[in-house]
Order: sequence, then C-alpha cells, then structure tokens
Amino acid sequence: MSTVRTSQKSMLDQLLIQDKWKRDDLLDLGIRVIDAPLVTVGGGLGSFALADHLRVAGVPASEIVVLGPCSDPSDTYRRLASNSQIPDNERLRSDSGSTIDNIWGFPSYALREAWHDRSLTPLMKVATEPILTEYFTPRAGQVYAGVDRECDRIGWSSMFHKGWVRTIRPDRDGGYFVLFTVEKGLAVDGRRQIERIAFRCRTVHVAVGYPGLALLPDLASFRKRYPDHSHRVSNAYEPHDHVYDELSHRSSTIVIRGSGIVASRVLQRLLDDRRTLGTNTRIVHLFRHYVDGPQGDSPRFRRQGGGGFAYQPFNFPKAAWSGQLREHLEGLESSERADLINRMGGTNTAPRKAWQRQLAEAREAGVYLQRIGRVTDIEPTGSGLRIVLDPSDGGSAIVEANHIVDATGLLAEMTQHRLLADLLTHCGAGQNSKGRLDVDPDFEVRGTRSGEGKMYASGAMTLGGHYAGVDSFLGLQYAALRITDQMSNDGLCRALSPGRNASGWTRWALGRPPRNRRAA
Amino acid sequence: MTPTLAGRIQTRLLLLSTIGLAWVVLVAALLGGSASPSYTDRLRAGVAALIITMLLGVVWELVYHAAQQYRWEKDWPTGLALAVGLTEGTAVWFALNTAARRSTLVPSMTVPMFVVVFGTTWLLIWLFASGPMRVVALRWRYRGGRLL
Repeated sequence: MSTVRTSQKSMLDQLLIQDKWKRDDLLDLGIRVIDAPLVTVGGGLGSFALADHLRVAGVPASEIVVLGPCSDPSDTYRRLASNSQIPDNERLRSDSGSTIDNIWGFPSYALREAWHDRSLTPLMKVATEPILTEYFTPRAGQVYAGVDRECDRIGWSSMFHKGWVRTIRPDRDGGYFVLFTVEKGLAVDGRRQIERIAFRCRTVHVAVGYPGLALLPDLASFRKRYPDHSHRVSNAYEPHDHVYDELSHRSSTIVIRGSGIVASRVLQRLLDDRRTLGTNTRIVHLFRHYVDGPQGDSPRFRRQGGGGFAYQPFNFPKAAWSGQLREHLEGLESSERADLINRMGGTNTAPRKAWQRQLAEAREAGVYLQRIGRVTDIEPTGSGLRIVLDPSDGGSAIVEANHIVDATGLLAEMTQHRLLADLLTHCGAGQNSKGRLDVDPDFEVRGTRSGEGKMYASGAMTLGGHYAGVDSFLGLQYAALRITDQMSNDGLCRALSPGRNASGWTRWALGRPPRNRRAA
Repeated sequence: MTPTLAGRIQTRLLLLSTIGLAWVVLVAALLGGSASPSYTDRLRAGVAALIITMLLGVVWELVYHAAQQYRWEKDWPTGLALAVGLTEGTAVWFALNTAARRSTLVPSMTVPMFVVVFGTTWLLIWLFASGPMRVVALRWRYRGGRLL
C-alpha cells in the first residue's frame, strides 16, 4: 500500500514539473477529470462578483464551478475586517453605490438603509456628501447580509466546492486543468485523507485575494528571535484581541506602526476602550514617514494631509474607479501606471472628524504621543518591550511598551503564494511594475492563453494593472463586468444588454433567481 | 458615477432629449387652465427651454469640468449636480425670455410655470441619473457617464 502511494506521489511530482498536461496524464494517476466551462478559483468576493455577473448574463449555475476554502464568499473579508477592528455594526470605507450584491449599484446602500431604518438621514448624507457631511459608507453587516441574500438567489451553494487549488496547468489541447484538493477526513491510521480532482475548463478565473500578510521586517525578526514574546507583537489583520484584553486589565503602553485606515481603526478602538472601559492605555504612534501637510505640488493634484496622516475618503480618488483617472490610467504603460497608482494611493486614511477629534483630545490629555523614526532594535523586558529608535524628531531613542501593533498592512510577495508562484513558473504569467500579476485591461492574465482558453484574474493581486481600485467592491465588479464582456465577445455567454439588465434587475428586486439563457 | 467631460455632455444630451422631453410633454398638459396659454404654446416654450438647457449646458459642463480639476477626487458631488440647477435655471430663464422677445417661434412662459417645468425636469433627470440609469446602462457609471 505504502509503495503504491510513494509511486503515485513520485508520478504526481513528475507531472507537477511539466508546463502542460494531457487528460490521460491525470487519469493514469487515478485523478478524476471533470469538464466544466468555467472555473473560478478563490471562492471569495472576487469569485462571487464574477459568478453574479455571469448568472445575470444567463449562464446556468451548473456551468460555473467555484473552488475555495470557505463556503461563504464574505468569510475572508469579514475575518480581516473584524481583526482590523471593523465589526459588523461599524462602517466600511466604501461608497454607497459600490453594492457588491447588486451589479447595477441601484438601489444603493444608503437607499436601502433609509428604507430599512425608515429614516431620511442616509439619503440626506448622500445628497450633501462630501461638502456638508462626510461620505456615506455602509455598515459591514449590511454588506454581508446582502451577499448572503444574493448567494441564495444565484445558487452559490450549488456552484461552490470546498477545498484547495494549488496548481493550474494548460491543457495540451487548449483550455486548462485546475487541480483541486478536497479533504476527506482522517484514515484509520490517522493520516489525513485527501482526494484530488482535476477540473478541465476553457475559462479559468483566479481571485485568491491577498498573496499573504507580512509583518514589518524588524517585527518579523523579533518574533523569530523571541518566540516566547511573540504575543507582544501583532499584525492588525491577525486576531489580536489578547492585546485589548490585557490593556483592559492593567495600565499599559502600546506602540502603533503605520498611518493608514487600519491604524485609524486600531486607534479608535484603543481610545473608545479608554472612554467606555476606563482603560489606562498610553499610545505611542510611531511614524517612519510623517505627513505634515497637504501632499502634491500642483493645485490640481493635491491631497489633504497633516498631523502625520494623508487623507482621502477612499483608497484612491473617486475618479480612479469610474472617471477621468480611470481613463487616464488605462492608457498608460506599466511603469507609468505604477507611478500614478502610488501617487493616488499609498498609505492614507479617511478624514473622519470623529477620529480627528478623538486624537486631538487624547494628545491634549497626554495619552497619545507621536514619534518619528526608524526602529533599529526590539528587545523583550520583564513585562514588555524595549524599542530602540533612530529618531528623526529629536526625541528619546528608547521607547518602553507592552505591545506593538503593526498596522502597516504590508503584504507578502506574490511569489510566496503557492498558486500564484506556480502561475509564474509554469503558466507563462508575468509580474507588472508593482510586482503583481500582469493583466490586460480586460483582466486576462498576459502570457497564459491556452488554445481557445483564457485565464483571467481579479482582486488585490492585479494591482498595477489598468485599473487602480482592484481591491474594492466596485473594482471586483468592474473586473467581473470586463471579463463577462470578453466571454460574451467569445460567444461563451449572452451580452449584458440594456434589456437583459432591465429584466435582470427586476428579478433581483423581486428576489427571483436569474433566468438561464445559454450563449447563442 | 464620477463624470468625465465627454460623459457629462453625452449624459446631459441623452437625458434631456429623452426623459426631459417626455416629461415636458406631460407637464405641459398638466399645467392647463383657463388663464394659461394654449397646450401647443406651453409645449413649444417647454421644448425651447430644453433646447436652451442642452446648448448652454455644453458650456456649463466645460466650467464644471474645469472646477472638478481642482478637486483631489476629480469627482462631482451628487448634491452639487442638483444644486447647479438653480444657476442653470436662472440662465435658461433669461435666455428663454430673450428668445421669446426676438422670435415669434418661442412663446413666453410665466415665472411660476417656468419654475415648475424646469424644476421638475431637472429633479427628475437628477433622480434618474442617481440610480435607475445604471440599470439600463450598466457600463455608464464606469465610463464616467460616457455612452459612446
């Protein structure tokens, strides 16, 4: 038995080093091959957005295969949001029309909230934003509930298969094989039992989210050197409630790294806890690059800034999603796109008055201190950490703290993700100037065409392409629409025509499933 | 929807010539009364106001686009799109009166009638562009209002 398993593993290893596969290669290994027109890999909101568009275009649920580790497409997003201190009742950084559960953006989240709460306040906010009020943003829970409803409507559970995809290979006859691993429980001898299935498809879509999260190098090094003290160093995207628990029990000092939206959320949580739980927490906010005023030399391209933060309501200027900046970016070459994306994006947070007021009060009370400098060393002490700085603000080189929270949102390299690295090595995919997956304006992964087969990608890993807001609800929908349009051009599905949209929207409004219509 | 210059102009011309025209035809009939001008005159005055709104609007859109360049977001807030109806309406009123004085083809309109015709048309188009437009023209919002 063991010899057979070893031999099969050896054959699989041989297969994995090949750039193209044949159906017989897989059948010889006892791997079941299932034909499917389209496979979307990831199973998160990127897969959901594409499946939703295709279903509205008339593609039957039976012709869409969704592969991923979580059955709820909101699951990963919800976990990251919750870890970074956005529980369901808090508002996201997304605008009213970016309705991930509705491909048309109507009714908006504000209109739905107004209807649900029987209140005109959300509508007044949209009508007066951002001049008299701040931008309306939806509550996280409202977004998740909408996704759940839309999943039921489009038959998500019948499309979804739970498991892992680590390999995609072009079929020698055109199209792709997606090698899918399903866990089948434990064998009698305690070994993990798995089954490998190969989906053979003409179109494959990859939307696996972030390649991975990374700690700042000095923090990663600390964790490695002092594993017993690693709980004192947290990534804001990881579960780190133990930090808040400890702070609620004793007077502490916490160091926050980063000045983006996640840092703002963590600061809000710490200051809320001071007010509501009476914690005695002192915050040292450590900046590497301090923003002391508006950014940009031209009055036509100047972002608000000051007090350490660069401010803009969303990750990018609004016109990057649908206006002149979108059009401009689409026409640029790779390195120019990277430059413009950096200038429009980078580290920034939302200019929310409540946060600014909270910080000003905390600063006045002496419990919020800003420092500027580079960390040169971190050492554990009896009950905390000793941080050595190369300060550029003239302050002390030593900061004593109990915890450090890394809210920089640093992402791992694409090559650290097994599937993405495999695409680079074996499928002809390349990297753009931002180091992410190189896609064309229609989100087709350049260099991966296989006969008539096409590979598409959407989401965070395509940043640096022809669209800036890829890592957003509207960006995922934009990518889904471009892919659906391409599939329609290739005769694989019906076009999302005005008539199709009108009837599709009516069915959405009535809660009825989309009507199946095969490609002409 | 964050408009581009081409998108602004195309959207204005399309919505005024479809929804705007249909509404003017209807509202001209609803505004009947013994002291009113005839339905034909009301309709002609309303259509003239629409045409002026389109023509002057192309110039206004250039101004709005220039102003938009000084916003970091390069957007045009929804409320502003509604509020500029006041300035545009005033300009259209003066242009309509001038046209009525100089040409027998353009009937004059009383101030209350103009306010009702222009105000309701503007509001209707604003409401349509703020939501239902996205349903029939799915790609419109991504293209900055461009239809062609």
